[in-house]
Amino acid sequence: MAGAIWCVVEDDRQGTPKKVMAEVLGEASRLASQLGGPAEAVWLTDKATEAGLKQLGEWGAKRVLLVEDAGLAPYRGEVWAPVLAELVQKESPQAVFGAVTTRQREVMARLAARLGAGLAADVVALAVEDGKLIATRPIYAGKLLSKMTWAKTPWLATLRPNVFKPAEARSGAAAAVDKPATTVPAPTMSLVERREESSTGLPELAEAEIVVSGGRGLKGPENFVILESLAKVLGAAVGASRAAVDAGWRPHRFQIGQTGRTISPKLYLGFGISGAIQHLAGMRTSKVICAINKDPEAPIFKIADFGIVGDLFEVAPALEQEFKKLLEK
Amino acid sequence: MKILVMIKQVPDTATQVKISSDPKAIDTAGITWIVSPYDEFAVEEALRIKEKRGQGEVVAVTLGPERAKEALRSCLAMGADRAIHLNDSTWEQADTLLTARALAAVIKQEQAALALFGRQAIDDDMGAVGAAVAELLGWPCASWIMEESVDEAGKTIRVGRQVEGGLEIFDLPLPAAVSAQKGLNEPRYPTLKGIMGAKKKEIKDVKAADLGLASEAPALSVVKLEALPPRPPGRIIPGDPAEAAKALVKALREDAKAI
Repeated sequence: MAGAIWCVVEDDRQGTPKKVMAEVLGEASRLASQLGGPAEAVWLTDKATEAGLKQLGEWGAKRVLLVEDAGLAPYRGEVWAPVLAELVQKESPQAVFGAVTTRQREVMARLAARLGAGLAADVVALAVEDGKLIATRPIYAGKLLSKMTWAKTPWLATLRPNVFKPAEARSGAAAAVDKPATTVPAPTMSLVERREESSTGLPELAEAEIVVSGGRGLKGPENFVILESLAKVLGAAVGASRAAVDAGWRPHRFQIGQTGRTISPKLYLGFGISGAIQHLAGMRTSKVICAINKDPEAPIFKIADFGIVGDLFEVAPALEQEFKKLLEK
Repeated sequence: MKILVMIKQVPDTATQVKISSDPKAIDTAGITWIVSPYDEFAVEEALRIKEKRGQGEVVAVTLGPERAKEALRSCLAMGADRAIHLNDSTWEQADTLLTARALAAVIKQEQAALALFGRQAIDDDMGAVGAAVAELLGWPCASWIMEESVDEAGKTIRVGRQVEGGLEIFDLPLPAAVSAQKGLNEPRYPTLKGIMGAKKKEIKDVKAADLGLASEAPALSVVKLEALPPRPPGRIIPGDPAEAAKALVKALREDAKAI
């Protein structure tokens, strides 16, 4: 019998799985229907919630392997990797998937090294060919795609958010919950403090379905309020180009591009962004791209689905009014 | 305190990258090679740690073909004391795992107190080597660090690691592995003196056998490379700002169904 496809749960540290898990579980279930073996969730946490377990079941997990231990929070790779490895060695899943988040990128790398397994990180497509899994990954700043495969199971991969089709929650579908006995090793590293970013009230860049982004065309840090105002109407995150970040207009965590964050929203709106290759690397997998720029020759228009050649200081407020009219209907 | 910095030579961001006649590889003709930008942050941070402590050694390490020596030379010009080049045809097809095994073996042999990495190399963007090396060595690790300080005794490193929604400050006992995120520092440019001095510094070639490693098949391999599917041609929306905005919102709603 084919082994299970495991999905390592990314949560909000308060016992609720993040919505990216709908995508990871959705993809795992789709592949499981071709490869055989159930889609299952593996949840390492200091405290799970009933609602969280229910949610994982509704997203398609047939079973949740729950390891609940105070030593699992805060996340530490040196603690998580041995726990996951022990579970993998006991149960031999055919694949272990994670989401591309800061901690899962790290723990999956540690897990792969511990198991001597292959890891395909930041995958944007998965397919079964001749019974084998093939992963597609963007490489060279997204200029090419690399199709990769594994020498043996377990196949380890991290999936880029907003790319895979999320599972539709089926109410009533419940996962069996197992609490396997595992050894949670003592950590050597210790958390001193957690500095929360001042909340903008807007969604996190990597997870946002709509992203509004600004570049040098904004002319100064004070003008980002124009984009923030538009973003509030859309429930969007606000990003920036490297030029805007290097000029000190926005903190680096807002940078989209090769040396910043990679995003894949349903809708991307770029204002005063020329579209340097290094910026395109971070957003070219967006589903719909809109560019607003004064310069009709700006490279971003080459990959944009819709463009407006014009002054962003006039277009952005006009767009805000139009979106308001539409969304308040 | 001995610090090893793992770097990778990658094509310059602006370089055109084309698939070669072998569909599993790129055509390297005409490519401008650079040190991966995140690795430069790591080199810079290693130099700052050494300068602050007033003693120590910074060793740049890479795994790659002969041309990768140029990248090591750049690190020496920035101020690294010496370099190690894992230069063996057995590593031509090395994946993350085999690379990590080779690097872990060197770090162990050198008895480094700290291993610094870039967050990811900007060619394959895998971003897994640093954490994999830490696991192989049984060391704690922190990825995507934005700040660090080593305590006076050289026993602990305090790092700020970027996570969704904030920064987590951790103390890691040394030896440890950390990876640099942009924002950690501003890498220095090599001075003319540095460039001249780099020519006299040692770059040691190391083979797999020197590390006691046998040739192994990779756990993950490329099936083929593909060009991006072209995006359908876009549409420029004409009109004054108010008209254009109205038409764009309509198109996003009705044609693209994006909102």
